Amino acid sequence: MDPKNIWITFPELLTWFPLLAGLVAFFIRSEKSVKTWAIMAGLITLGISVVSLLYADPVKHLHLNNVSYFWLKNLGSNFTLGLDGMGRMLTVLTAISFPVIFIATYSTSYKNAHVFYGLMLLTQAGLMGVFTAMDVLVFYFFWELAVIPVYFLASRWGGERRILATFKFFVYTFAGSLLMLVGIIYVYMHTPGTDFSSHSFSMNAMYSALLSPTEKNWVFWLFFIAFAIKMPVFPFHSWQPDTYEQAPTATTMVLSGIMVKMGIFAVIRWILPIFPEAVLQFDNIIIGLSVVGMIYASLIAIKQDDLKRFVAWSSIAHIGLMCAAIFTRSEMGLQGVMIQMFSHGINIIGMWIVVDLIEKQTGTRKISELGGIAHKAPALTIFLVVIALANIALPLTNAFVGEFMMFSGLFGFNKIYTAVAGLSIILAAVYTLNMVQKVFYGETNAISAGMQDISLGQKLVLGVLVVFIFGFGVYPQPLFDLTKDTVAAILTRIN
Amino acid sequence: MSNIFQLIWLIPLLPLLGFLINGLGRKQLSKTMAGIIGSGTVFLSFVISLLVFLQLVNGNIPKEAIHYFDFINITAIRIGFDFQIDQLSSIFLLIITGVGFLIHVYSTAYIHDEEPKDYAKYFAFLNLFVFSMLLLVMGANFVIMFIGWEGVGLCSYLLIGYWFKNTNYNIAAKKAFIMNRIGDLGFLLAVFWLISKLGTADYHEVFANVSKLSVTDLTGITLLLFIGAMGKSAQIPLYTWLPDAMAGPTPVSALIHAATMVTAGIYMIARSNILYTMAPVTQGFVAIVGLATALLAATIALKQNDIKKVLAYSTVSQLGYMFLALGVGAYTGAVFHVMTHAFFKALLFLGAGSVIHAMSGEQDIRNMGGLKKYMSITHITFLLACLAIAGMPPFSGFFSKDEILAAAYTRSPLLWGAGVAGAIMTAFYMFRLYAMTFLGKFRGTELQQHHLHESPKAITIPLIILAILSVVGGLVGIPEVFMHGGHKLEAFLAPVFAQSNAITAKHAMSHATEYMLMGISVAAALAALVFAWTKFSKYQKTESTESGFGKILANKWYVDELYDTIIVKPVQLLATYFNNVFEKKGIDGFVNGVGKAVNYGSRQIRLLQSGQVGLYVLMMVLGILIFFIVQLFL
Amino acid sequence: MEIQWYIGLAAALFCIGIVGVLTRRNSIIIFMCIELMFNAVNLLLVAFSKMHAASAAVQSNPSVVSDAQIFVFFIMVVAAAEVSVGLAIIVMLYRNTHSVDVNFLNRLKN
Repeated sequence: MDPKNIWITFPELLTWFPLLAGLVAFFIRSEKSVKTWAIMAGLITLGISVVSLLYADPVKHLHLNNVSYFWLKNLGSNFTLGLDGMGRMLTVLTAISFPVIFIATYSTSYKNAHVFYGLMLLTQAGLMGVFTAMDVLVFYFFWELAVIPVYFLASRWGGERRILATFKFFVYTFAGSLLMLVGIIYVYMHTPGTDFSSHSFSMNAMYSALLSPTEKNWVFWLFFIAFAIKMPVFPFHSWQPDTYEQAPTATTMVLSGIMVKMGIFAVIRWILPIFPEAVLQFDNIIIGLSVVGMIYASLIAIKQDDLKRFVAWSSIAHIGLMCAAIFTRSEMGLQGVMIQMFSHGINIIGMWIVVDLIEKQTGTRKISELGGIAHKAPALTIFLVVIALANIALPLTNAFVGEFMMFSGLFGFNKIYTAVAGLSIILAAVYTLNMVQKVFYGETNAISAGMQDISLGQKLVLGVLVVFIFGFGVYPQPLFDLTKDTVAAILTRIN
Repeated sequence: MSNIFQLIWLIPLLPLLGFLINGLGRKQLSKTMAGIIGSGTVFLSFVISLLVFLQLVNGNIPKEAIHYFDFINITAIRIGFDFQIDQLSSIFLLIITGVGFLIHVYSTAYIHDEEPKDYAKYFAFLNLFVFSMLLLVMGANFVIMFIGWEGVGLCSYLLIGYWFKNTNYNIAAKKAFIMNRIGDLGFLLAVFWLISKLGTADYHEVFANVSKLSVTDLTGITLLLFIGAMGKSAQIPLYTWLPDAMAGPTPVSALIHAATMVTAGIYMIARSNILYTMAPVTQGFVAIVGLATALLAATIALKQNDIKKVLAYSTVSQLGYMFLALGVGAYTGAVFHVMTHAFFKALLFLGAGSVIHAMSGEQDIRNMGGLKKYMSITHITFLLACLAIAGMPPFSGFFSKDEILAAAYTRSPLLWGAGVAGAIMTAFYMFRLYAMTFLGKFRGTELQQHHLHESPKAITIPLIILAILSVVGGLVGIPEVFMHGGHKLEAFLAPVFAQSNAITAKHAMSHATEYMLMGISVAAALAALVFAWTKFSKYQKTESTESGFGKILANKWYVDELYDTIIVKPVQLLATYFNNVFEKKGIDGFVNGVGKAVNYGSRQIRLLQSGQVGLYVLMMVLGILIFFIVQLFL
Repeated sequence: MEIQWYIGLAAALFCIGIVGVLTRRNSIIIFMCIELMFNAVNLLLVAFSKMHAASAAVQSNPSVVSDAQIFVFFIMVVAAAEVSVGLAIIVMLYRNTHSVDVNFLNRLKN
């Protein structure tokens, strides 16, 4: 296609449309109309990202998927956005998640709903920007754009202990962001220049920064800790259960479904190509930490009584595996991470929807107080069981493919780590089935007696997720095809 | 019509369709419809399997796996969604769909009191199980096998916990799933090992390249695979879930926990026989574990009073025999025993179900007795099955068990001796069960006695068919000493095990020895049979509890308690420690500690801000002085 | 005259100023001592300026000669402005506390 005929590109649309929609949302005072507006905006973004899948050829559609404006040219930063395979997959995930979240939480009413939805859409814009940024300063800008609204969302619409939880979240995230900024500037000081500046923030310049091995080794940690907090990897995880528990459920869905992927995405996008030597040197430590974290989080998940904390801990265990798989630097592992990023997003959002439905009907999230829901709400139970089975990576669900490949990659790296990490497969079955049994099976009690089954709309939303779960569980190849260019590029860079 | 092979995708797809129709339409479908859909789909699969089998018998064997689509296709590896049909899988296909169909029919009557939507749910799960089991045996690589492998575990979980209101049943279901998962981890690791060494999981390529694997690799892979088999096929140390799994409806126990799912481990090892043949260390281990399980489970079965528990331990014990066969390299013997066992054990379970049905849910054999009078068809078929499992000639169990014992003898007479000891116990506990249930006087309540009746046709007809199969099923494997060329099954399966047979030398045994071994084991089992018959046909209920060794056996060697102490409790303790102490004091403590330290520090430094201008100036001057000193002298 | 004498005098004035600021509590005296230190610095600036004017390098660029002395004027202007503000503060202080002792002024609120 002739670049002259293109007046707007996909990354721009994906980023600016939610941003605009969010800004408009601030001025829609009626709760009902702002909800409709948010759903519409989410669906339009979804439409854009689905269309972008049709124009994914890296050569033929180059100009549709990449754009660059002058921004801070004297600093060597251009506003460069682009969609590669990994970015495209994650923008699709983001685009799917937001309408699903908005529809699933439609019945929740918020004070100052216009601000709530405005902030949510700003977060979406930030996430889209993070996944499309091809310039590290732009990346940082969008990273903060995605995170800052969450502070407000959690602290204004959260649960009882929201201030404490948000504060913890803020301190962690902010510390991470600062470390990353220091790291970015340090690498920037060693990049080759452009016509306008002596250094550059562009992705290629960052990749070719001239750093001595010692420098790489410690700058690596600045970046890694920032991303490790976001994922989170043991021992940087302690903000997560509190934040997930206290944030409003819609925000928690965004946090766990998409925002944790920012960390994983950033490791693949920035750390692996910039610091390949450091990755080689520290892989054992990081994989070790991740594996310890998997077992640790799985064990703690067994003991949780609050459904939200339960999901949070189980998510930490799953993320640990993804982090470990990245650092195996194998094709198997990386492809597994790619598909798992998508699957984990779908599954955990489904999990939250079910938790939210239960909490709304019964008014409690305590596993010990619930019981016998299966008898009252069979459809809800079926959905939960399917999602729970995907959570424990049963074959023919989407998570199996990812976990299978990640474990396989890890096995090629080290057998012992794999065997230890494999224990989490067993523990996952223990805690998930425990939860299913206590909440859904058994005799109905006073709390669950008044439950009703879910409505048609809720069935539809969950049904869409279940279609994804089985669709990519049986035929995951489209996701491989989408992301294999990124994986191949990364692998050639680091090996 | 060799193009029947192009239809094999229908074999698993039909039960899957049945699952979807019954599962999604469970509120609309009537019971009759649900039953017809559930059984009918399996029956159609059986017909196709039969046609496939006939093609194979005629020597029309597909050379290659049939490729449908790529499951995982990346540069490093390609795992296809492929099916493979050969002699071994066709035998399993027949067992699964054939016995499965009979059990579906049986179920239509057995769970007739359920509500329509639960009825449809039950058939949906049962169909899903058949689908998973078919995937397991039809897959052309280890990954597809694993998909089925976990799928059957899931269905077993769903069906054990079918009556989900009962917490104990749920716990049993959970236990089954978790124990299976322990095994599954071993299986997965083995697959990863294969992939990391050979870059493929396809049977064809793995078995063709087996010589590229070192002895360590082979031993590791086979041991890990065997761990998978331990979980699925209930071998020491992962067998304890199977007796608990009896919480499920009886037809489920017959199908899943006797005839099909638990034999998946045997199928897997038979499928990868060449790997095991090349790893003698593992083979020895398999034989020993199998034998130990056979004996341990048999001893426990001696003292159980729950009709289904006796059968469950008997299943564990028989599975042990099959592993003994695999361990000594008698792959055909193992598959043979899988087949005969599927007949007679399914029959025993279904017979037990018929009894439980008649007794209004009573399962304790101490409260039964004298049922012979009331249920003649159940009684006769049950007796035939008992004779078959006890190894009485010419029933099917005799041939398969004899083959295993003979193969064990060629390895070591010791293995044979232990095997015979197990066979004696088998005869004893089976006829104890038989005598206490059907002979003597009725010991239940009057209400139960009033209700006693023979079961409906949908129950008795499957019993009769299975009884016929239990009686004549052994005739496909008549040993060489009786009839030259009588072992049809061995000839049929030979291509599957050709690679292994080429390596292991055939131990020839004189006919005299073979007759003697047969004679000893049959005579011993017969003695045990007669002893049990006479002892328990006049059984009277006593209040006395077991003591001494009997108590240990009645309590299953306290294995559950042992696991609870050495595994469950420590894990729970560790989890509690992490949750309550390490996370709160350690990680959170550290994070909050940083906050507290800053807080404390600033409170101390605040004292400097006294508001005394003089002090500030003094500090400033001192600061400048220190600066000068540092600048000038250091 | 040698530069050392100017330096010595300036140092002496400066030290007197410091000691005065540190030891006295009367804010007016502290204020005067601060002025003393200012002037010690001014004295140095003028003295060094004169010294540099004699050096060869500066003679090629005469405009540099007067730089330091202009600087002194600036300081004197700023000091004058400062005196007016400072004295106003002291007057307010006296109105509030009826004292010019700085140690009475140890808190900003109330």
